[in-house]
Amino acid sequence: MSGYIQANLVALQTIVVKEVLRFTRIWVQTVLPPAITMALYFVIFGNLIGSQISAMDGFSYIDYIVPGIILMAIISHSYANVVSSFYGAKFQRHVEELLVSPTPSYVILTGFVLGGTMRGLVVGSIVTLVSLLFTSLHVQHPLVLIGTVLMTSVIFSIAGLINAVYANSFDDISIIPTFILTPLSYLGGVFYTIKMLPEFWQQVSLLNPILYLVNAMRFGMLGVSDIELTTSFLIMGVFVLVLGTFALVLLERGVGIKS
Amino acid sequence: MSNAVEITGLRKTYGNGLEALKGVDLTVAEGDFFALLGPNGAGKSTTIGIISSLVRKSAGQVLLFGRDLDREPAAVKSLLGVVPQEFNFNVFEPVQEIIINQGGFYGIKRSEARVRSERLLKLLGLWDKRKGMARELSGGMKRRLMIARALVHNPRLLILDEPTAGVDIEIRRATWDFVRDINRQGTTIILTTHYLEEAESLCRNIAIIDHGEIIEHTAMKELLQRVNKETFVLYTHGSLAGLGSIPQCNLRRIDDSTLEVDIDREQSMNGLFARLQQCGIEVLSLKNKSNRLEQLFLSLLAQKKPGVANDVHEV
Repeated sequence: MSGYIQANLVALQTIVVKEVLRFTRIWVQTVLPPAITMALYFVIFGNLIGSQISAMDGFSYIDYIVPGIILMAIISHSYANVVSSFYGAKFQRHVEELLVSPTPSYVILTGFVLGGTMRGLVVGSIVTLVSLLFTSLHVQHPLVLIGTVLMTSVIFSIAGLINAVYANSFDDISIIPTFILTPLSYLGGVFYTIKMLPEFWQQVSLLNPILYLVNAMRFGMLGVSDIELTTSFLIMGVFVLVLGTFALVLLERGVGIKS
Repeated sequence: MSNAVEITGLRKTYGNGLEALKGVDLTVAEGDFFALLGPNGAGKSTTIGIISSLVRKSAGQVLLFGRDLDREPAAVKSLLGVVPQEFNFNVFEPVQEIIINQGGFYGIKRSEARVRSERLLKLLGLWDKRKGMARELSGGMKRRLMIARALVHNPRLLILDEPTAGVDIEIRRATWDFVRDINRQGTTIILTTHYLEEAESLCRNIAIIDHGEIIEHTAMKELLQRVNKETFVLYTHGSLAGLGSIPQCNLRRIDDSTLEVDIDREQSMNGLFARLQQCGIEVLSLKNKSNRLEQLFLSLLAQKKPGVANDVHEV
């Protein structure tokens, strides 16, 4: 292995370990809350309200919403991990440790994205375990499930980094999750099938990228989806490519991190 | 000997239109201990920022050890260690982790980085603090942590941007000894500081930057030789009341036992002492009132400012 590749692998490992240690060190803030929040979702929407709702696509309501709720947790925590870590590094200026080093931009991007993905996976696993307290899960298409979880984590980790690059205050890192991610998640078919909506709103829903992710996840777990699986993966692929390239250009140019 | 740093035509204009550097040319020889001085806002930090890839230049070329920063950024960065003016580490990380991680960013394996961090932390007196969070360190310890971090990859060029700002005199002296040792071992050092006696004591060559331009670039000795007049403070025993004027000495009585005297560089002080002895005044001690480099520094800056009298400090 050439020295260049080996050095970059060491740098990548360093960033990932640092990122994982960061969110595990503050697990009370990062890992515990989703377990509590999602347990409440299952109690209220699954057991209390869900028991009054008839079957959806042949599944009980709680079974129907489990994939979307797991994915919601993955989305918000992958995003939150990178946006807060990278912005924190900017704010405290320790991003300069990376910028003065020979670590290339693509390694920095990959490291932060893997860190976000790790948190997404940890939180997703915890929420899955919590859901087992309320229902039994049967995964129909494991590869689809794994692919969706990984690509979703990657997409929202990259998006978190882009947000952090442009953020100038801590307010700026909460605007996108509050005003964009949360509404899109709730309207992305987590709690309903878009077949319930009037035709016009079905078409509008198709503009929401999270709808494709949630339905791919639901197909992976339950084997049902409102969206063609190929379309979902195509959309995910395009997002990874476009956002990844954009983030890389931002880091290369030093936008928001170099004078 | 080859040059550690060769900067030509370096320009930087910030987004707000501020022209921070107006065509800086600078060379630092390999192995040198080099002072880059200038008042606040002169362009020192911008120059250092560009060398360390934290600031994007508008024009010009930066070569470190003959390698172009634009063409071989990774190779150039691996030759450089930077101790910035402001603390820029994660205060919520353990002290040793900060150094190990920095090694990792330079491609140094964790096991090796751990060994190097141990050596550096011991050298800089931080070994006992290795497991504590960086936020628990005192200001002086934080500065030493940044020095240790900058050295973990054994850089050939070390930039120290105000390394002793805000630290007590004991730690400052210990830091001087440490960086002198580093320099003796072959590491080229560029130092910026507001403590001019620090630059005078440590550095062999100097550049002074003002308003984005280098206004002086020479050997420290050569620069200091330009001081024509020095002011001494004499602490005496015996009344100064009867002391009249002394030819070629500009005397000022500060109080009953303290005297200030301006003396030309070529002038002997024997006449002054003889006269004091004649008057029964015993000199208990004396000191140079101002740092020589400080006098020159102020004088050079004054020369650049239109309308400022130039006779305050003769050069």
